[in-house]
Amino acid sequence: MSATLDKGINALKEQVDSSVAAFFSSCVHCGMCADACLFYTETGDATVTPINKTEPLRRIWKSEYTLLGRLGKIFGLNKKVDDDLLAEWETLVYDNCTLCGRCSMVCPVGNDITLMIRKTREGMAKAGHAPEGLIGATKRSVTIGSPMGVKLPALQAQISHVEKDTGMKIPVDVVGAEYMLLLSSMEIMNFPEFIEAVAKIFDKAGATWTISSEAFEATNSGIQIGVSDIAAELVQRVVTAAEKLKVKTVISPECGHAYMAIRWDGPNLVGKPFTFKVRHILEVLDEFRQEGRLKLSGKETQKLTYHDPCQISRRGGVIDQPRNLINMFAEDFVEMPEAGKMNWCCGAGGGVSSNERADEVRLKVFQRKKDQLNEIKPDAIISACSNCRIHLEDGLEEYNMDIPLMSLTETLAEHLADD
Amino acid sequence: MSEIEFLEWVRGPGFEIATVIFIAGVIIRLLEIVILGRKENLAEAKGSEMSSGLRTIVTRTIPDKGAFKRSTFTIVAGYIFHIGLFVTIFLFAPHILLFKDVIGLSWPALPTPIVDAFAVVTIITLLAILIHRMRDNVLRFLSTKEDYLVWMLTILPLITGYMAFHRIGMSAPTLLAIHILTVELLLVAFPFTKFMHAFTIVLARWYNGAISGYRGVES
Amino acid sequence: MTDRSSDKEKTLGDALRSQGVSRRSFLKFCAATASMMAISPAMIPKIAEALEKARKPSVIWLSFQECTGCTESLTRAHATTIENLIFDSISLDYHHTLQAAAGHAAEEAREVAMKENHGEYLLVVDGSIPMGDPGYSTIAGISNYDMLMEAAEGAAAIISVGTCATYGGLPMAKPNPTGAVSVGDLIKDKPIINVPGCPPIPVVITGVLTHFLTFGAIPELDHIGRPMVFYGQSIHDRCYRRPFYDKGLFAETFDDEGAQKGWCLYKLGCKGPTTYNACATTKWNNGTSFPIEAGHPCIGCSEPRFWDGGGFYKALSMPTQDIGKTAVYTAAGAVAAGVAIGGLNKLTKSGAAAAHDKTTIDDLEKE
Repeated sequence: MSATLDKGINALKEQVDSSVAAFFSSCVHCGMCADACLFYTETGDATVTPINKTEPLRRIWKSEYTLLGRLGKIFGLNKKVDDDLLAEWETLVYDNCTLCGRCSMVCPVGNDITLMIRKTREGMAKAGHAPEGLIGATKRSVTIGSPMGVKLPALQAQISHVEKDTGMKIPVDVVGAEYMLLLSSMEIMNFPEFIEAVAKIFDKAGATWTISSEAFEATNSGIQIGVSDIAAELVQRVVTAAEKLKVKTVISPECGHAYMAIRWDGPNLVGKPFTFKVRHILEVLDEFRQEGRLKLSGKETQKLTYHDPCQISRRGGVIDQPRNLINMFAEDFVEMPEAGKMNWCCGAGGGVSSNERADEVRLKVFQRKKDQLNEIKPDAIISACSNCRIHLEDGLEEYNMDIPLMSLTETLAEHLADD
Repeated sequence: MSEIEFLEWVRGPGFEIATVIFIAGVIIRLLEIVILGRKENLAEAKGSEMSSGLRTIVTRTIPDKGAFKRSTFTIVAGYIFHIGLFVTIFLFAPHILLFKDVIGLSWPALPTPIVDAFAVVTIITLLAILIHRMRDNVLRFLSTKEDYLVWMLTILPLITGYMAFHRIGMSAPTLLAIHILTVELLLVAFPFTKFMHAFTIVLARWYNGAISGYRGVES
Repeated sequence: MTDRSSDKEKTLGDALRSQGVSRRSFLKFCAATASMMAISPAMIPKIAEALEKARKPSVIWLSFQECTGCTESLTRAHATTIENLIFDSISLDYHHTLQAAAGHAAEEAREVAMKENHGEYLLVVDGSIPMGDPGYSTIAGISNYDMLMEAAEGAAAIISVGTCATYGGLPMAKPNPTGAVSVGDLIKDKPIINVPGCPPIPVVITGVLTHFLTFGAIPELDHIGRPMVFYGQSIHDRCYRRPFYDKGLFAETFDDEGAQKGWCLYKLGCKGPTTYNACATTKWNNGTSFPIEAGHPCIGCSEPRFWDGGGFYKALSMPTQDIGKTAVYTAAGAVAAGVAIGGLNKLTKSGAAAAHDKTTIDDLEKE
């Protein structure tokens, strides 16, 4: 068993549905999607025009699903999908796209180009044209349980550190807890303060929660490489654990695509609705706020801004909640221009940060974020995605900008009122 | 063939052929798309697909402020020529008569000098759009022969209509016949080209709104 | 009818004087003609001189498949007009309706005139020529075709009068049972001036004749052989109702408010925009009126094929055939075809789903 062109072409065939057909039929080549894509605005490279990234999928749609295309196929008139094409498109589809979704928001005829690029990845990956870095991350996700290779002992070590620091017990494998928290490898290794923050807030809010030792990983490499079969396998682990522990709600942590994977793609990947709810940590915290279960004291006086992670805000629908929470403790909260659902991507999502080959372009396109920040010159940036955080830190360092990054959950925990 | 015979042909068999191809082509293409269907979304919905979809059909007409700043020419020129096409095609008295004859509906017309002015503005805008398409690096890269063909088929009825109305260059029956012929060419090419966006835009925008709306985002 | 035999030697000027036309009236006519033909006033003396000295040219008028309307139009004898006098002063050596002679005498007069003026006479033709069967229209047992070919051979120039002679006319209407053709379809080696109209305006022909007499040449013709001076503008461009067209005010029926107010007749099928003639400026019956002014849309009678052009009452922008049924059948067929093709699409998709090879991490790289 290995990747073949035929498997890739078949995957592309499977991916065409009425929405894809409507989108390709409507594209008028206006070029507005390029103006919305940071990979174009910061490089001027016309080949990364979003709709162009979907070319392999378009050719399959044309020749397999249109009358004219079928006739063209008979007479050998159609443009082919072959390994050369897919090889050429690899960097366009993986290195130069974070699936941020801005193109889908501006297309005047209404094309969801992001969806089409995601679908194109299915064919690319199955034909063996996914980036090495992503393939590695995916393999580790499936075999080890984490793309970064984080195993249970590593998590347990972080958990005992937190328990020592806080004097609180971190609940693991508690049956009947209301919430089951997922964690991204990034958080476990780089930002274990997040676990501490959740423990403190939930304790004060009086909510019961747990982590599953069998399924604690939030990151879903299958989504990033674009192989639904593998993404489904990873989601199923979470579903099995959640059902075993009989939890009401699974919480997606401060990670971007993890929310998309479990909240929106999850049930469709495993083929049936979940028996539990899925919420982003910010949604849960905002619920606590609404119910009066989140009491804060003290304010942040420095000038703060919020970076909307693409998969959480624009693609996830969690836009107001972070602002409600920030306004609880921020005295000087300034929005970036185009903040909210039209926010500019940091440049590292959608698998780009797992792809070493894309390091250079990732830092180059960070200039868009740099320009956005320069318009308001904040003292600190709050975000709710660890991947964004790491990349923002990298980018700010690259461009000699000294602006610290803050996690929203951690900041809330710091301001918890003692009662 | 005399010029009156030419005019008679385009008003007769020519129109019939073009209409048949247009109707058949559009229906087949739309069914081709819609029958494919879409899998049901099993995730817990945050918003209504139908209402978001319908909403986006209308609201996608309004460009995002940031996008307007970056794609100003495309948006402004696009609006001018679409509005111009609408006025010259649907609000010109002789054209309304044609619609009345074919579909049985008619509506008030705009005074002819106003339609004439719109035609001029539209022609100039389309010329500017062509130059832009040939010079902008993204558009140059994206554009295919079809884009240029469709541009040609769009501007020809406007130019020939203007010439027929003002009787420029050739005798009136010939000019009128050529104008009608260019429209018939447009109708024939319609189902096989990006002209179809006139119909499929409703579907595409609906899907976009539905997908976003399901997740609770206004798109 | 004036006895012509003694007129043969007189010039046109002599003839006019003998009729009692004053020099003043004559010059007035020359001025009016010059103005109508857009000839410079400086040419008036030349016109006067030419007409004065003109030897009455021999004119042979052949009438084929016609209704005699052209003759009626041209020779309105409602008053002794200058046009009539000019006409009298041409040596009209053969004309079925107007000549006194009949039978063999008439045919003999024709043959004598053709022989004596060989190469110099003007041949005027009205009516179409049947090519289906010569029996459809004969004169003295001679087919129209034979008579035309013989007469054309010795003519200096030919004037086709009326739409039948110029473009085939009503006899040519589908299915053209007589096989009617125009003069221009048959004669290729002589200069032909087309003066179409059903019928043409009287003053148009006298203008053409005057031009011929004055300059000895044919006036400037358009691309289908009509004198530019009379057929150079469309009815639409000179129509007094044009402002209503421009403002979008149309009569919808023959007796509605718009019709009573004299609004544009485009919606009632007026072919003014595609018809070239002098009706809107010169008008009929000495400038009394023309069809549009009388409330009827122009039927385009000076254009080829006006008879089969899709109906007098169908506006120019409407298709000539009723598309309703075709459209419905097409739509029905297209729905069936679309469903079938849509079904094919579903098959392709389910085929792809069936061929789905579950991808594991071992399937991400090529061997």
